[in-house]
Order: sequence, then C-alpha cells, then structure tokens
Amino acid sequence: MPTNVEKDQVSGRETTGHEWDGIKELNTPLPSWWVYVFWVTIIWSVGYWVVYPSWPTATDYLKGTFGTTNRTQLHETMANVAAERAPYMERLAALDVSEVVNDPELLNFSMAGGKAIFADNCAPCHGTGGAGNPGFPSLQDDAWLWGGSLDAINETLHVGIRWDANEDTRLNDMPAFGRDGLLEREDISDVVQFVMGYSNRATDGDAAQRGAIVFEENCAACHGDNGKGIQELGAPNLTDAIWLYGGDQATLTDTVTNSRRGVMPAWGDRLDEETIKMLTVYVHSLGGGQ
Amino acid sequence: MAMSDLQHPTPNTIAADGEDDRDQPLYKTRDKVYPKRVSGYFRNLKWFALIALLAIYWVVPWLRWDRGPTAPDQAVLIDMDLGRAYFFFIEIWPQEVYYITGLLILAAIGLFLATSLFGRIWCGYGCPQTVWTDLFMLVERHIQGDRNARVRLDKSKWTLEKIWKIGATHLAWVGIAMATGGAFVLYFNDAPTVIVDVFTGNASLAVYVTIASLTFSTYLLAGWGREQVCTYMCPWPRFQSAMLDDESLIVTYEDWRGETRGPIKRKNLVRGEVPETGHCIDCHACVNVCPTGIDIRDGLQMECIGCGLCIDACNEMMDKVGFPRDLVRFDSIQNTQLRAMGKATHTRIIRPRTIFYAVILTLVASVMMFGLLNRSVLELNVLRDRNPLFVRLSDGDVRNGYTIKVLNKEQATKTYALTVTGITPTQMQVIGLEPNQDGSFDLDVAPDRVGSFRVFISAAPDSLDGDATPFEFKVTDRKDANSITYDTVFAGPKTAH
Repeated sequence: MPTNVEKDQVSGRETTGHEWDGIKELNTPLPSWWVYVFWVTIIWSVGYWVVYPSWPTATDYLKGTFGTTNRTQLHETMANVAAERAPYMERLAALDVSEVVNDPELLNFSMAGGKAIFADNCAPCHGTGGAGNPGFPSLQDDAWLWGGSLDAINETLHVGIRWDANEDTRLNDMPAFGRDGLLEREDISDVVQFVMGYSNRATDGDAAQRGAIVFEENCAACHGDNGKGIQELGAPNLTDAIWLYGGDQATLTDTVTNSRRGVMPAWGDRLDEETIKMLTVYVHSLGGGQ
Repeated sequence: MAMSDLQHPTPNTIAADGEDDRDQPLYKTRDKVYPKRVSGYFRNLKWFALIALLAIYWVVPWLRWDRGPTAPDQAVLIDMDLGRAYFFFIEIWPQEVYYITGLLILAAIGLFLATSLFGRIWCGYGCPQTVWTDLFMLVERHIQGDRNARVRLDKSKWTLEKIWKIGATHLAWVGIAMATGGAFVLYFNDAPTVIVDVFTGNASLAVYVTIASLTFSTYLLAGWGREQVCTYMCPWPRFQSAMLDDESLIVTYEDWRGETRGPIKRKNLVRGEVPETGHCIDCHACVNVCPTGIDIRDGLQMECIGCGLCIDACNEMMDKVGFPRDLVRFDSIQNTQLRAMGKATHTRIIRPRTIFYAVILTLVASVMMFGLLNRSVLELNVLRDRNPLFVRLSDGDVRNGYTIKVLNKEQATKTYALTVTGITPTQMQVIGLEPNQDGSFDLDVAPDRVGSFRVFISAAPDSLDGDATPFEFKVTDRKDANSITYDTVFAGPKTAH
C-alpha cells in the first residue's frame, strides 16, 4: 500500500490524510491512554452482555447472570413501595374514615394516595380533579345525590349506583314518563315549565300552573313537595343551580320523557378497604365534602 | 489532491514495508514527568497556597455556627434532603438557587480578571488538580527520592526495594484520596455524625458511593493523570489566552538576554560580565522542575500552568554562575520587549480590559449583595385551581379553589393572618381552620418550612367582573406586621356581569 504522508504548508506539520473540501486535518496525536479508555469501554460492554439480558438465541435469549428484567425490577420496586406504605395501610385498616381525617399524617397519606387512585379509576367519568362531565356529577360542588358526608361517600364508593352486580347498590328509577306513555306530551311540557319555575325561568306562566298538578301527582313522591329532592332516595334537588344533565327546556323535556339512568360501578368489588378509604378522604376534600 | 484520492482515502500510517514513516504517530504515549525539587519565592507561594487551601477543605466542615434549635449548627452545609444550603449567616432555599448562579458568575469573572492581570495563577496555585498533584508529588518525593532517584527507580529492575517504594507511594496516595473523598461528604451531612456513621458502617449508600468515586478520581487524576488533566481534559487552557494581552503578567523567558544559549564553559567570561553568547547556560533546570514537563524557553504555551517554579530554578542557577536573576521572570510580554530594546518598563494594572472585568465583577457582586441584604424572610405563592376553573354551587354562587404556600424562612414558628382584598366573598374557607371574627384566618407555619393551605372562596356571580376578577391574597405576620401580597384572579362564568 502506498503511503502518502503529507505536510501542511503553513504549519509544517503532518496531516492525518483526512480532507474535507480542501480542509485538511493536522495530526495532533491523542494520548494513548485515551485509546485504551476506548478499549476499556468495549470490554465493559462485554461485561454488560454477561450480566444483563443480551443476545437473542434461536428460541430464547441470553438471560444474564442475575436474570434481570424490567419486570422483576418493577416487582421489586413495587414491593419496596408496598413495604414503605405498610405501616400507613395498617393504621388505615384499623381506623374509621372519620378518624382518618383527624390524623394529619394519615390525612396527607390518603390525600396523596387518593389523588392517584382517583386519576386511575374515577377521572374517566368524573374528570381529573372531579370537575364532572354532563351526566357525571361534579364532586367539587355542594350538591350530592346520595350524600356528601364521609360515610355517605364511602358507602356510595362501596356499593356503586344502579350497579346490578351489587345487591346493596344505590338504586332508584325515574320512570320514562313520555316513552312509557305515563304522561301526555302536553303534561310533560307543563311540568317542565313548572320545574323551571323553581329557578324563576318559566316562560309560560299558565303552563307552569298546570304543571304544578302534574308534578304533585307524578314527581313529588321522590323529588319532594317543594322540589328540593330527597337524598335518601337519591332524588336530586330541582330548585338549585346545579343540573346533572342540563336545566334548559329541551334537556328537561328529554329527561322527563326518557328518564335518566346513570351508573357507577361498585368499587367495593374491585378495590380494597384501605384504597376506598383513601379515595373517600380525597373526594371529600375536593370542595363539596359535608 | 486528485479526485480518486478523495474518494478512496488510503490509510497512510503504514508504509509499504509495514513501517510507520510518520514523524509523529497518531497516538502518543505519555512522557512521564519527573519534576525536580526546587526552592524559592514561587515555590514558597505554592506551599502557602497548598497548605491554606487543603486546610480550608478539611477544616471548614467542622466549623460550627449557632442557628438556634430548629436548624443545623454546621457553618457550611448543603442539606440535600431538606433542600437547604447554609453558609455561616446565609441560608438558601432551593428557589433561591440564583445565588449559586451569581456565585458562579462571580467566580468566572474573577478568574478572567485574575488571568488578565497575573496569567494562569488559578492553574498554578488554586486549582484542586494543581494542589492535589503537588501534594501527591510531595509524598512521591519523600518515599522515592528526587528526580534522578525516581528516574533510576523506574528504570531499575523489580527488586524488593522498588516494590516497597512504589507500593508505599500508591498506598499513601490512596490514603490521601480517601481522606479527600471522605471530607467531601462532610459538606452534605452533619460532619461529626456522618464521620462516625462512615466508620461504623451506618452511613447511607450515597455517602459510601460518593467517597468511593472521589477516592478513585483523586487517586487517578492526581496520581496518574497530573498534567494530562490540564492538557487534554480541562477546557480552560484552551481559551484562557483570550483573557491575556501584552500587559498580562505571565511566566516569560527573556530570550533577548538568554540566547544564544550554551554551556557555561564555552562562555569563557569573567563573572558579572555580559557574555558574547546569551545568559542561558542551557542547564535544563527550568525544564527539570516543570510539573507539566515543558520548556518555558519555547515561549508561552498552552501546557504552561503559570506556577513560576522555573523562575525559582533559573534564579538559583543564575546566582550560582553570577548572572543577573530573572532570566525567566514573572512579567508581561510588553516589558520583555521593552527591556530587549533597552527601554524602561512599566506595568499597568489598570487598563481597559481589567477595568471591564472589574466593573462587571463589582456589578454582579453588588446585585448579589443587594439581593442578599433584601432577602425576604416571608414569601407567598398562590396556585389557582385550573380544573375546573370554577365550581357552580347550588345557590348559584361561584367558587374558586386555591392552594397557597407560605414560605417562612425564619427560625421561629410564625402565625400569619390571611386576608383577601379586591373581592367580596360570600364565603371563605381554609381547610382545617376556623375563621377569626373579622373573617381572616390564622395560618401557623413551622420554622424554616413551607406551609401549604387549601383555600376556597365563593362569590355571587353579579359581584364579579367578567370571567376573571383580579384580587389579592395577603398574609401578615401577627407579630411584626411584616406582610406580603400575591395578585391572582377569581374565575367565573363569561356571562357574569
């Protein structure tokens, strides 16, 4: 092989022979140990092949000395976390929810845990932060269908709402007055006007008056004579500013005609007691807890 | 170069006969440097710097500073767990890390100023690499002897004596390195506690790993790396010349007086007389003492760390042969040229470059001092809930949620009154607290801690100014009336006019 060691005209130094668009690289020797470090990193990588999972084989792969996988690492991490949480969990199990909120340490623990659990399980319907969505109640306001005390929230979380698989589930059924032919269209229109009258929004005074009778005969049993709802039955207050599905005329007509049947799973069947306690404390803290 | 050569570059280190015909190989093995012992003015300066800096490093963590029962009493401490840095009377929280930034800027500009005035005195005297290398060389010389003995020892066969000497040197180095790594963790933990923990095996893994890695790096860099660290790893030598000008004091060789160099016997002269050849007797004393193994007579070079040991070595020789001192001297390039022309020298400390650096230095220092003196002991942060922006309540009111954080930077438990202005709440709640008669809330915050509180404010929609009503939170120290406000907004429905 011919050699062609070239000298740079200006500096009088040899070049490495590398040239890019006329720019030549002068030979400034690297210290040899620099190269040795490079070789050491390669040897180091061989160590990696031995210790960690590396090459594929025909049917499997090399598992490495300690059989490390991300999955076992995850299990280890989770086990460590569980061990760290264990003392809190024991105390959580022993205490009633109302006692948990009076223990600042457990309260903090439950708030942090509850937030994560809420994001995993509840946020898809109730929204992150419990802001609610149409048809899925806001957990931040002061209106509760089934009660906003710690115990009531805890119970609702356990048994769910209209969750057929749980026999203790929170259950009520508003008839589909229009669809099932219980009320005529005119009656429905009248009663909607009457209900809007609770919040001074009736547009047809005569209809609202006629609707009062319809309401008394069909609705008052659950929603109360004054329309303020009955929490034991899960019947909402029709006189306040909060509407789960909407309070305008069209939505109310739809609701009376076809009924509503929102469902929440019974989380007691899915989550353990301590988790539900944490969740209760968190939901109660969102702003509406009573 | 022909196109074909460009497209097919040929490896050209190996000649046709397999021999390397380069003057210089592509990789260079290290020429081991055996610095000779020297004494003199600059060596004394260097000893002084070494002792002072090492003393600071090893003593400072043991200094105590009383901050009361609620804070550590270590004068200099960085508490990683809690996120506090203590420096005597100064305490810094993580959000005040800009002080550290300021400190780094000060250090950088200080370095620029020092370099433009005195050349690389940082490299020669202050840099840990220099200090520890110097210490390692001292140990090496005590065990293996001076330059010539060390050269002989390295060339000699492996005898018991050689094994003992080399082994003892490395053992001593590792010992110093361990003490170095061990002292580092003292700055991050309570020194008396952690030192006991380290020796009883109770310290955390982080402590042991830190000690181990610093022990390793100290041993490697000061024992083996030495001048290679300065030449190949450190970026500073590469751009320090940008701070130098003709008037910067650097280590220079007066070539006008030294050349033509030659052995003393050929100079054939009476003592004190100016010889026909130069004053440089080519004794290599300057080269032999150089810790980076260079020849200062080649002029200013990147490898020179400006320690001035060659000046001491040369002066010793000049005294012996009776020539004037300072053939190698700590002076500016300009003065060397002036002397060469037989003109009077002058050294300007104050010149545009140094004024510029000094002004920036003063500015940054003033800003930092101002910040430090006016450091507030009370801070308030308000995080407004954004999901949802507001909550509609059953009575038609609108409610906003806020998380407020009160930073109490004093070493005493504080009670602050929380009030709002600019909005008329129908209800204000702080979770876990009862309101006072006047509607304010008393927030208790532990010494040197952040108090976090959840606040709910409700307001009637018609009292709001559109979808964002500006108002402010105010916390007032119940004791000294020190107060701070935070501007935020109250979100409501768009139609709320």
